[in-house]
Amino acid sequence: MIIKCPYCGPRDVIEFIYQGDATRKRPEPASTDQAAWNAYVYDRTNTGGSHREFWLHGGGCRQHLVVTRDMSSHAISSVALARDVAASINDGGRA
Amino acid sequence: MTGSRLSRGGRIDRSKSVRFSFDGKAYGGHQGDTLASALLANGITLFGRSFKYHRPRGVFAAGSDEPNALVTVMSGDVREPNMRATELEIYDGLVALSQNRFPSLEHDFMAANQLAGPLFSAGFYYKTFMGPAIGPFKNTAFWMFCEKFIRRAAGLGKAGTAPDPDRYERMNAFCDVLVVGSGPAGLIAAEAAATTGARVIIAEERPIAGGSLLASGELIDGRNPAVWAREKAAGLADLPNVRFLTRTSVWGYYDGNVLTAVERVSDFKPNRTKGQPRQRHWIIRAGKTILATGAFERPIVFPGNDCPGVMLADAVRRYATEYGVAAGNNVTLFTNNDSAYDAARALSLAGVNIAAIVDVRADVSGACRDIASVAGAELLLGHAVTGTHAGKALSSITVQHFNAGTGRVSGAPREIRTDCLGVSGGWSPAIHLASQAGGKPEWDEDLQAFLPPEPNQNWVTTGSAAGYMDTISVLSDAATKGSAKSRLVLPQVEAPMLDASPAPVFEIEPSVKSQKAFVDFQHDVTADDIRLAYREGFHSVEHLKRYTTLGMATDQGKTSNVPGLAIMADVRGISIPEAGTTRFRPPFTPVSLGVLAGERYGDLRPHRLTPMHDWHLANGAKTYEAGLWHRPMIYGSHGETVEQAYIREARAVRQSVGIVDVSTLGKIDIQGPDAAELLDRVYTNMFSTLPVGKARYGLMLREDGIAFDDGTTWRLGETQFLMTTTTANAGTVMQHLEYYLDCIWPDLRVHLTSVTDVWAGSAVSGPNARAVLEACVTGTKVDNMTLPFMGIVHGKIEGIPIMICRLSFSGELAYEVYCGAGFGTRVWEALLAAGKPFDIMPYGLEALGTLRIEKGHVTGAEIDGRTTAHDLHLDWMLSKKKPYIGSAMINREGLKDENRLTLVGLISMDNQSITGGSHIVTDPVPREPADSFGHVTAACYSPALGKYIALALVKHGTSMIGNRAFATDLLRDKHCAVEIVSHHMFDPEGSRMHG
Ligand SMILES: [Zn+2]
Repeated sequence: MIIKCPYCGPRDVIEFIYQGDATRKRPEPASTDQAAWNAYVYDRTNTGGSHREFWLHGGGCRQHLVVTRDMSSHAISSVALARDVAASINDGGRA
Repeated sequence: MTGSRLSRGGRIDRSKSVRFSFDGKAYGGHQGDTLASALLANGITLFGRSFKYHRPRGVFAAGSDEPNALVTVMSGDVREPNMRATELEIYDGLVALSQNRFPSLEHDFMAANQLAGPLFSAGFYYKTFMGPAIGPFKNTAFWMFCEKFIRRAAGLGKAGTAPDPDRYERMNAFCDVLVVGSGPAGLIAAEAAATTGARVIIAEERPIAGGSLLASGELIDGRNPAVWAREKAAGLADLPNVRFLTRTSVWGYYDGNVLTAVERVSDFKPNRTKGQPRQRHWIIRAGKTILATGAFERPIVFPGNDCPGVMLADAVRRYATEYGVAAGNNVTLFTNNDSAYDAARALSLAGVNIAAIVDVRADVSGACRDIASVAGAELLLGHAVTGTHAGKALSSITVQHFNAGTGRVSGAPREIRTDCLGVSGGWSPAIHLASQAGGKPEWDEDLQAFLPPEPNQNWVTTGSAAGYMDTISVLSDAATKGSAKSRLVLPQVEAPMLDASPAPVFEIEPSVKSQKAFVDFQHDVTADDIRLAYREGFHSVEHLKRYTTLGMATDQGKTSNVPGLAIMADVRGISIPEAGTTRFRPPFTPVSLGVLAGERYGDLRPHRLTPMHDWHLANGAKTYEAGLWHRPMIYGSHGETVEQAYIREARAVRQSVGIVDVSTLGKIDIQGPDAAELLDRVYTNMFSTLPVGKARYGLMLREDGIAFDDGTTWRLGETQFLMTTTTANAGTVMQHLEYYLDCIWPDLRVHLTSVTDVWAGSAVSGPNARAVLEACVTGTKVDNMTLPFMGIVHGKIEGIPIMICRLSFSGELAYEVYCGAGFGTRVWEALLAAGKPFDIMPYGLEALGTLRIEKGHVTGAEIDGRTTAHDLHLDWMLSKKKPYIGSAMINREGLKDENRLTLVGLISMDNQSITGGSHIVTDPVPREPADSFGHVTAACYSPALGKYIALALVKHGTSMIGNRAFATDLLRDKHCAVEIVSHHMFDPEGSRMHG
């Protein structure tokens, strides 16, 4: 598998470290909503088709990336810097 | 079958003879022969014994699809089993052995297995290795004896045990277009791609290009097609943008158009050029892949179809046209399609005598009839082969009337004398790589075969791999697939009008069966095994495959896949596409472990050494590996034991002063306006309130509330911190912080830099530690006012800039002195010189561990991924004023349960050492099963207490304090009476480090 790092270009998967599901949303730090925290820490959906996941370019620029990947074909449709994605989510009203 | 060398023909070099041996007997062949062609030319019929029944087997195919003729190649003591004789190029001195025979190929005792029929039928692994569940043999010694026999009997070649002296290489390659295969389709597609300027790699599994053209009786541009192919390939190889790899088998297709291949660089050479690897492994990243992998001929299943002398029709043709070998004196052909007539034409041109052509079809085209008559072969239409007569070679076949519409056999059997039967059951495109890449192959009614799936990566198939079975359409398809912009002028092809579409006949099943009909030769799976699997409820192809092991041998069912599916579809009363097919998996052909490893063998770990490493070794340190680091365990001297050494070292620290290398601690430089905010979020305690020039001990939790790592973090400036982590977690903590900054809190303006290797660290500990510093540090005072507990100062030692933080892991007055890594040894030696009047003692990890166990300080042995701050008595570090990672989950019921394991100390009651990992039990009787209610995490002899002590995690440990128990180690049979005490075993008030 080849991931196109926005900084480093197309690089082999061995340079990357899988960092988990990028679709879950961390509750507000002060939140005491136990169900929301449980869901964040433990619940993972097993979706066929398109899925977002974090990959750390550990053998390269050490940036976390959000990779959108098809779980059936493994085809990667987009790669973005996690910081940009997180920032846009935060701007988009995440309190 | 009695094969012989024809007087002419073939691409072998008859002027060069080659000597080799097979089963200890010397034979001769020619340069260009494979082991199979050379043995056939020598009249050898028997190549091996079959897997389960030890039936005699001959060569069946001529290429990588060979299921039978597997041999072991010996080179000195090194044995390489399961090599296909059909691909093995002979060289002077080649030593090959047949396989799976006992004691010899000619006389095999195990052939009696055939008589034990039902024992080896479908699912025999599952049935037999489980043993009978009921009956007289259940769990008997007799059964165990049988199992040993079965395990020995079943199996292909034996793996060797001698070390492999050969060298292997690994290569990475990049190209715009990878063409797999260099038959007519591959050559034209590569040419079309190359003329557009694309970087092209062509991988051909055989020694030369040409594929089907090498054995074709057609003419291309009026010339011999093999010559046309050779010149075309040479022209391509000369282009600067083309790399032509022969003897290179592409074996895997992975995501992102990554393909793997093995190049046989010098396997076939008697003497290797110095430095030349035996094989080279390629990882090829291709922009686009063109799969021109050709097609495999498949057999028709009929009784007695596995005896030596029964071969694929195309193989008979290839041995004659490519190697100048007649596989028999009197050949017969059995077919359901026209391609066998093309073979007949080529065979008769090569001078091979054809007795008869048996065709299941009631009628054939005029072109076919013409070929049969020119070849002088009797044409038996509407007939099928229903049996064979053979010992170690075929002597005759039985034919009967056959109705291709009903599948019925009728009429009186007629015997035809023949020593070689070439069978053609149609052609299956070699879709293996496409199937690996994903997608469901599509059934083609016309070809009665699976075509490649719709591409899910950037690949195309062309030629017969795409279902084009005549050369003219192969070439025009390949030109288009090679490049849409292609302007190639295609050559003229002269070929007979033949149709490769077969009649849908896969098995001949006479009503009376006297012989086994094999589907998978390599795993000895018969047609009846498939029907048995069906009766036993294994209906889906995936179940069928695993239950019968059909297609699971080293040939991956290249010849057996479609016939097997056809028989299953037939018993289920459904069509073949409804039955479906299994997905092919890598490798396409077996790959040696040596070439996968390449130069990567032995110890591959990096070795991390601290700046003072050489000093440690020069001064008697015995080191061990802690993660990747090499760290001093003890500084042994005067023949003392490890225990004596660490006791001496630890005692010196408590009595005067010691020095230990702490350079391995993880160090992260954290800078930015929000650095303090980040620390408040990742540590359980508060860091934003920490004054500049002070350090604080911090604890991190995981998101689920479990303790993660601890260490001290120093505030070097308003916006700059130096975080230290445990040695083991340095990388993980860095990754943890990066994750939160990138993925959760991108708004925090913080920059992280790993500086573990930048700083050398020496910890000076003991009552005289301050006096040591006073003797060598300049530029700062180190008194209690200037450098209080957890204070930081900057100064110099021998003019080298240093940073000192007063903190203590040992519980003594202690300082960590950091300097640039390059000055580590100089500072270390300066500290030693300054400590000389105090008999300063370098100490290793064992003493470091002893000191911390005495104090009850935790490390990775206690922060083991299961314990909470509460379990480790670190609740006092949990801030109530702010949220932090893990704070939301820490109060869950299960994490507050009073039955949890909590940290305690243990003191040995009987002056015996306590072993790490021992279980805590109440029962004093050793070896009796007892409930464990805890375990020892670390143990040592404490010179300060004069006793053997330990730290342990014990169920509701705090309330157990004062009780007695046993620390029992069943593996080493050690049972030690202990008293459970507080984990603060030495100086619980901490007066020493504050002094
Ligand atoms: Zn990168």
